[in-house]
This record gives sequence, C-alpha cells and structure tokens, in this order.
Amino acid sequence: MARTVVTTTRKKSGERAKEFNFTKEMIPINDGSSDFVRNYRENAWKAYQELAMPTTNDEPWRRTDLRKLKASSFRLPVNGDRSGYQEVPEELLEPLVSDKHAGQIIITPEGAETSTDQSLTKLGVIFSDLKTAEKEHPEILQKILGKVVKSDEGKFAALSSAFAEDGILVYVPRNVRVEQPLHSVLWGPGIDVAYFSHILIWLEEGASLTYVHEAASTDEPQGQTLHAGLIEINVESGADLRFVELQSWGEHVWNFTHKRALVGKDANIDWVFAAVGSHLTKDFSDLDLVGEGAVGKMSGFYFTDKNQHLDHDTQQNHFAPNTTSDLLFKGALMEESRSVWQGMIYVAPGAQKTDGYQANRNLVLSRQARADSIPGLEIMADDVRCTHGATVGKIDPDELFYLRSRGIALPEAERLVVEGFFEPIMQRIPFDGVKNRLNQAINRKMAQN
Amino acid sequence: MSEIMIRNLHAGVEGTEILKGVNLTVKQGEIHALMGPNGTGKSTLAYILMGHPKYEVTEGEVFFKGMNILDLDPDERARLGLFLAFQYPVAIPGVSVANFLRTAINSRRKADNPEDKGIPIPQFRTMLKEKMDLLKMDHEFAGRYLNEGFSGGEKKRAEILQMAALQPEIAILDETDSGLDIDALRIVSDGVNALRSDNLGVLVITHYQRILNYIKPDFVHIMLDGQIAESGGPDLALVLEEQGYDWVREKSNPVSA
Ligand SMILES: Nc1ncnc2c1ncn2[C@@H]1O[C@H](COP(=O)(O)OP(=O)(O)O)[C@@H](O)[C@H]1O
Ligand SMILES: [Mg+2]
Repeated sequence: MARTVVTTTRKKSGERAKEFNFTKEMIPINDGSSDFVRNYRENAWKAYQELAMPTTNDEPWRRTDLRKLKASSFRLPVNGDRSGYQEVPEELLEPLVSDKHAGQIIITPEGAETSTDQSLTKLGVIFSDLKTAEKEHPEILQKILGKVVKSDEGKFAALSSAFAEDGILVYVPRNVRVEQPLHSVLWGPGIDVAYFSHILIWLEEGASLTYVHEAASTDEPQGQTLHAGLIEINVESGADLRFVELQSWGEHVWNFTHKRALVGKDANIDWVFAAVGSHLTKDFSDLDLVGEGAVGKMSGFYFTDKNQHLDHDTQQNHFAPNTTSDLLFKGALMEESRSVWQGMIYVAPGAQKTDGYQANRNLVLSRQARADSIPGLEIMADDVRCTHGATVGKIDPDELFYLRSRGIALPEAERLVVEGFFEPIMQRIPFDGVKNRLNQAINRKMAQN
Repeated sequence: MSEIMIRNLHAGVEGTEILKGVNLTVKQGEIHALMGPNGTGKSTLAYILMGHPKYEVTEGEVFFKGMNILDLDPDERARLGLFLAFQYPVAIPGVSVANFLRTAINSRRKADNPEDKGIPIPQFRTMLKEKMDLLKMDHEFAGRYLNEGFSGGEKKRAEILQMAALQPEIAILDETDSGLDIDALRIVSDGVNALRSDNLGVLVITHYQRILNYIKPDFVHIMLDGQIAESGGPDLALVLEEQGYDWVREKSNPVSA
C-alpha cells in the first residue's frame, strides 16, 4: 500500500520583521531645541536600538504580524517637499463637535498651520504645534514631555519619542474652562514616508476641555506608509477632558500608537476612539486612574474592510480607591478584515470600592473576516465591582428577513442592522459632527460591496 | 382589484413536507380567517408567502398582481403590497421604530422613483403620530428600539402600526391575537377594523375563535396537516368553537376515522 507523506511547513511564527534603516542623525534638532528635549530624544534613540522588533512570540503582538512591513523603505518627510503633495481635504477641517472651534492646528509635511482664538491666549491656554512649543514653551515641555508614556515602553514608543517633530501641545491652566473645542489634524500623504507624532494634553486642576484630533491621509493603492505616535494625557484633580480621536489613515498605512491618560482625584476623562482607517494598527491605550474618585470612560468604534487589521490593546488601571472605569468597544468587520481587542481591568491592592466595566462587541459581516476579543481582569482588592463581556456575532438572518418583509432591500437592511449595532456607541458620543463622520464611513464601506 | 391566489402549494423545510397542496384566494376588500390546530402549517404558509429563505417550495404557484411571486425577494413582495404581521416579531437592536418605518417607506418610494428624496420628515412624523393614536400608542414608542424589550402586546401592536403605516393591499396576520389580554385584543382588533377597506385584503391566522368576535371574517378556512380541509362562511368558526376539529378530520380523512 502506498503511503502518502504529507509535509506541512508550519508557519514560522516569531520570525522578525526587518529593521528600519533610520539613523541617529535623523533625530530632529531644531534651533530652539532645549538640552532637555535633545536628551529625551537621544535616550529614546538608545531605547529604540536596544529594543527588538516585536514578533508574534511577544504576548501583546501575538495576533499582529509585522513581517510584511517594508521597514527599510521608509524615509522621513522632507520639509516643504511638495512632490506628490496633496492638500488636506476640506471636510477634515470642518468643526466636529460644535459649529466652531477655539483653535485649530493642521500639521502637514509642509509644516504646521495654527489658528487660535485670542481669548485662549488670554486665559493662558497653550495650543501649539510641537516645533513651536520647543521654542516658546521649553519649561512646560520639561515638565510634561515623557512623563506619562515612557520611551522604552516599546519599540514604536521609542521610535516616536526619538523622531516625533510633528506634534501638539495642549496645556490648560488651573480652573480654566475652555468652552469651545480644540481641533487638530495630522495629514500624512504619500507612500514610503514615515510620520511620527507626539501629542501632549495636560489639564491642570479644575480645568476643562474638549479636544478632537484626527490623523488622516490619502488612500494609496500601492506601497506603504508608516505612522508611529504617542499620546500623553494628564488630567489633574477635578479636571474634565473630553477627547475624541479619529483614525482615518489610508489603507496603506501601518500605524503604531502608544497612549496613556493619567486621571487624578475626582477628575474625569471621556475618551472616544474611532478607527476606520489604516492597513494595520497596533494601539496601546491605557487609562490610569491615579487619584481617588477618578472616572474614565472609553468608547471605541471600529469598522474594517478589505484586508485591514486593527489591534487595540486597552488597559483600565484602578490605582486608587473609589475609581470608576467604563469601556465599550464595538466593531464591525467586512471582507477579509480582522480585528483584535484585548482588554484588561487591573485593580491595585487597596483600590477598594472601584467599579470597572469593559465590553467588546463585534459584528462579523463576512465569512472571511475575523474578530478576536480577549477580556481580562486582574483584581488585587476585595471590595470592588468589575464586570466584563465579549461577543463576536453575525447578523441574524431572521432580522434581515423581518426588515426585508417591510420592503427594505437587502443592502439597506444590512446597513440598518449595522447602524443599530453601533447605536450604543453613538449614544456615548455627544457630538453630532463625529457621529455623522462615522455614519458616512459605514455608508461608504457598505456601499462598496 | 388585486388578489393573492395560492395554487396547489407544496412546500417544506429540510426535506420534510409541511404544506401538501394548499389552494386559497384572498381578494382586496375581503377578510379570511385561517384556523387550525397548532403545527398544521399556518405559519409556514405565511412565511412562504412572504418569501422566507428557509422554506423550499416544491410545487405550485402563488400569483399576486398577475405574477408568480415565488421568484421574488421578500422586499420585492412587500413593495408589491404584501404584508405579514409576524407571530414572533424579532427585535432589531438599536434601530428605532421611527427610523425603521421611515426607511421602509423610503425604500418603496425609491423603488418607484430612483430620484425620490424620501418622505419629508414633518409629513412622516404627522403620519406616524396619527397611526399611533389609532392604536392608542404613546408617542414615545416611535423612539424605542424595534421590538426590543417590548411586551407581547406591544409587539403585536407594533406589527399593526407597521401595517397601518405601510398600507398593504394584502395583509397576513399570524396569531396576532395570541398572548394578548382582552383589552389589548380589543385595541389591536379596533386598529385592524379601522384599516378595513376595499383596498385591503386580510388573512387572519388563528387557532382561537376569540379574535373573530372582533374582526369579523367574510370567509373561514380550516387547515389540517398542510391542507385546507374545509372552507365556509363566518358560521364555520362558531361550529369549530362548539365541536372542535375532530369532525373536520373525520370528514377529510374518513378511512382512518
Ligand atoms: N424551520 C422548521 N424546521 C423544522 N420543522 C419546522 C420548521 N418550521 C415549521 N416546522 C414544522 O412544520 C409544522 C408546521 O409548523 P407551523 O407552520 O409553525 O404550524 P402552525 O403555525 O400551524 O402552528 C410543524 O410540525 C413544525 O414543527
Ligand atoms: Mg403558527
């Protein structure tokens, strides 16, 4: 009897992606850069060199494979280089949370364009691009740069720290309540380019702010672009921040982000994540409730199609007693796209009377799409309330039949079910402009099929 | 005058035959009751008329407006003027009654005229309030998510609300009376009666005679084991009430009796 020998080549997991070919000489040094900032970047560069490119053997990266990243193809954008430059689309500049904003910063490879209301400056609010901040506010940078996210937390954190020249500084002094929202856009067109960004948001005691930041680019059919970014947030005692992030990168962008918010005593953050873009995203977002009575809400929306891969790693850290966290991430997936959500609620010893909630819901709209949902609890205190839930489901055919029996054609019926699925997230976003943008994304993606 | 004409309909699910040659015609302006014990295929017939993809038709035709609708999608059938009030309406989480109904109305308008911009919102609101008043429904109902957390009675009322808003030519009400207390039954029946007109034909499916005290049928049919075993006038329902189904069974199947 003939024997068939079947040889299977196992996927070589853990194989490393190529290294980037960035060099120390590329670290941005401006006329105005203080020694502090230079040291910060040089130390980050050292950390970057010491850290290996993550592989799927590293637990947080298990489901996100970097081997197709053409690491050696990226160059830094050349300032003022207009070759292949595309203007920022008008619609990205529209105010999203009210009919006007108190300040807007648009960062493009051309440089930063800032417009701020006079009243902001009078109140002592700083809303500035990072390069300008290096010159004009070195003492503030010295106080806050690198204080929330450490450069050596990961390869991409180090990379962003070392190279990020594009960035925003938002600083709201004590008890200043900014009524109109602030808005910034990071526009990263083209291929083979590496964009690095660093956003610093600092609210002193009792301050209040609404801030929307969007990262976006053209959609390029070929080639890759890299974005690595940091967001450092500190909401001091009694302060109140509403922060909306829109991730609208083109579907050729490899996007790596490390973010953390420190929330002080009786302070509050309402943090909205909306991700519809990028080819691949690996995002680390931590909520650190460090002061007693701190409250943090995280609301995530993602909608993927084609071969997009979005991986969100969230951490709700209750470091102080009487803290509350409430996370809801909802995503829908089309075609061959994939999402990963991995969340952890950590309650430190002594952080009694904490209330932690996390839920992740996924709606998988095609056979080839896949969602991984991994909740986690690590509780070191005994008087706490923590609940979590994770689901991955499909559209119920009986729901579609019901809608169709009322005359609604199949694509519209599916759109309605998807809209309904996202409704609980929309309910958590009190900004019509943002909701409209998300609904447009749903319609656009669903209309392509 | 349109009518739905069911001819020798055989159908089943996963190879099991449930409908074994159904013949029935319902014209606009008429009310027919379809009665029969549980499990005889009444809901199956309703689903098949509406085009549920799970069931397979093996023989027969269903004509509506001059065409065999068995080849049409459920939404196409609905837009032709067919309506089914479900025995077990499903919930559509996150979609409000108003949003859903407006989408349904606009789907029809767009199918008629691709240029249509949709029903003007004020006009839609006025219409919806009127229909809700007809069914003694609180206006806040329009903002609730469709069938989510609705009581049994609310679900049935919501079905009739949809019928009122969509104005079908032929409506099938599948056990709309089940699970309703007497007050709710009266409200729902009053609603249906208010919609009664020469333009509406109704097939009331039930296994209780009770609802027929409120919605008076012109014709009564009895379904047994996937076939119409007996048809008659309104009196037939009263005979059933008194004597049960046994006599129909014996009559239709004398050998085994
Ligand atoms: N999806 C299904 N799969 C298997 N059997 C079914 C299905 N739907 C209906 N049936 C069977 O068909 C028969 C008729 O059911 P149904 O049409 O619901 O009856 P009725 O509405 O008259 O009570 C029953 O024996 C039921 O078990
Ligand atoms: Mg039934």
